[in-house]
Amino acid sequence: MSLNILKNSIKKGRVTIPLSLSESACPPDVEKMRQELKNLIHAKFGRSLHIREIDTGSCCACESEIIACSNPIYDIQRFGIDFVASPRHADILLVTGPISRNMELALQKTYEAMPEPKFVITVGECATNGGLFRDSYYTRSGVKNILPVVLHIPGCPPSPQKIITYLQLFIQKVP
Amino acid sequence: MEYPNLLKEIIGGEKIAVIESSQPFKDELYLTVDNGEFVRLCHLLHKRLNSAVKMFFAEDLRAKLDKYVLYCVFLNEQKRSWIIVQQYIHKNNPIFATLAKDIHSASLFEREIKEMFGIEAQGSPDARRLKLHDEVWPQGFFPLRKDFSLPPEGYLAGLQYKFKRVEGEGIFEVPVGPVHAGIIGPGHFRFSVAGEPIINLEIRLGWTHRGVEKILEGKTIHEAVRIFECISGDTAFGYSLAFCLSIEKAFGVNVPLRAQLLRAMFLELERLYNHANDIGGIALDVGFSFPAQFASLIKEGILQLNEKLCGSRYLKGINVVGGIQKDVDSVKQQLIQQALPNIKSDFIALEEMLFSSVSFMDRVDSTGILRTKTARDLGVTGVAARASGIGLDMRKALHSIYDTFSFRIIKEQSGDVAARLKVRCNEVKESFGIIIQCLEQINKCPPEIRQEVQEKEVFGIGCVEAWRGPVRVWSRINTQGKIERCKIVDPSFQNWEGLSFAVLGNIIPDFPLCNKSFDLSYSGNDL
Repeated sequence: MSLNILKNSIKKGRVTIPLSLSESACPPDVEKMRQELKNLIHAKFGRSLHIREIDTGSCCACESEIIACSNPIYDIQRFGIDFVASPRHADILLVTGPISRNMELALQKTYEAMPEPKFVITVGECATNGGLFRDSYYTRSGVKNILPVVLHIPGCPPSPQKIITYLQLFIQKVP
Repeated sequence: MEYPNLLKEIIGGEKIAVIESSQPFKDELYLTVDNGEFVRLCHLLHKRLNSAVKMFFAEDLRAKLDKYVLYCVFLNEQKRSWIIVQQYIHKNNPIFATLAKDIHSASLFEREIKEMFGIEAQGSPDARRLKLHDEVWPQGFFPLRKDFSLPPEGYLAGLQYKFKRVEGEGIFEVPVGPVHAGIIGPGHFRFSVAGEPIINLEIRLGWTHRGVEKILEGKTIHEAVRIFECISGDTAFGYSLAFCLSIEKAFGVNVPLRAQLLRAMFLELERLYNHANDIGGIALDVGFSFPAQFASLIKEGILQLNEKLCGSRYLKGINVVGGIQKDVDSVKQQLIQQALPNIKSDFIALEEMLFSSVSFMDRVDSTGILRTKTARDLGVTGVAARASGIGLDMRKALHSIYDTFSFRIIKEQSGDVAARLKVRCNEVKESFGIIIQCLEQINKCPPEIRQEVQEKEVFGIGCVEAWRGPVRVWSRINTQGKIERCKIVDPSFQNWEGLSFAVLGNIIPDFPLCNKSFDLSYSGNDL
């Protein structure tokens, strides 16, 4: 599959030709909701939904899956969703990890830096109640005790497909 | 007393009073010495074995012996074994003479021992805390002591961390982090810059500290495997394997051959997807998007293969103490057989794309050089060490299933970003070879993949050459089959310091590139 893209690029000098559905390894349910998700974002967020991610002590598996959302297979950007470098540009704060004491202040400052309206979504087991690390002397067991959380994406780690599906759920719920 | 034979050769003519020596396993030699002799013996081993301090940690045995124990671990490459030097420290006088003054690779460990146990290294050049940040954790609370209790809420010392300062005309500081622009773990980098070049880089970590070593205490071995998979998500398999190895030897378990082969295969799959990620990351950090996206396709392909093989994209839930719990039957083997040639040709295409681009090579050549001497002094391990001319690979350095495979240790001399890139590209090729050799052997061995274990009181070291470098675990299980103490050393722990030396003299825009070429773990380091 990847080789085909390469062949395309050599032959035609451009690489933006979309893969045919049969060739793409993207799960069919993500493909199916593509149009609906796009319309929703168009209507409710003025065409684009910007996400800032923050790691408060996760093992980086959640990060890896969030990054995978924007690889050419899931290609989350085609729905109008993008990951941004600054909280000032973000509509959503994605929080992973059980909140290490060291990261508590950084998390609050990141949230405060976001413009209204803003939403917090937690990703992965650790972020709900600390997960495996909830009894630790150094974790704050759960984002919801610190920030208002609107949605939780379960999994250890949740697959890109699941992340996209849950984001759609969230957008449906937003008034 | 009589030195064990092994030790006689190393110590040579020197006279060192060893109080007690024991060799519970073929590859672990424990030597107990007096407090006064500890430093001398460690120096000698450090020099004669040409080994950095591989692990250095404490254990709280006050309940039984009124003492703490310190263990300092060296690798005897020639004999393919570990030498562990022990000293007892009385509970009323928790101090010891520093090693770090002469053996730099002990420095970080000493700081860790001090913050976690309150045992002070006298004369240590740096005593700042690593993981328990002064701003949020009061003085005098040592989490890994057995009688530790939580500090009361709101009880803070309010201290500030002291960064090293570079002063002079025109020098300014650039602080970065802990929250970065990308989707990545948190770390604070403080650059001191004169014009363009970096004069000093101080890396402050510990932001993702979760108290893993304390959490592990009192857990059963099966619960522990699950926690090990969540220490560094990208090395889930390497970590759980290192823990299993640390106690299987002591339990006297013979892990079935099939399980050993499959473990090797999964470890190589983990290496493949992470190396693809790294190579892509290096391309991304010079703004070369196409190969970066191409690499992310390769990674995704391997992750999807992993999911088909064991139901987990990150190879979780496979390892158990005594073997593995998910077999790879002939149907699944076929999946691998089919996928491998594609992945391989994609890798080769990726490599060609990068190495044939002049502007790309211009960025990576002679950028971020880590000299061999520096790497050795800091105790740098894994890919970063091999790119700086230290050809140490635990797959060959210890007895393991890898003895039955033919593969090369990849080594480069120049120590720059290009060298680390080349090491990764070439290791990928060796990994393909190993996976194929595994598949050939698997069908010849019996179908057992797991042996039941009888829990008893044991301790031991487990070490795995994961994709970043050696993951080291020392654990002690008590009579109830629960974990008494577990020490974990991530390859990143000593490599982070290597990064801060590699960037010196480079410009800040090249920092992401240097950083990605090391690709170190935040969560594995911070524990």
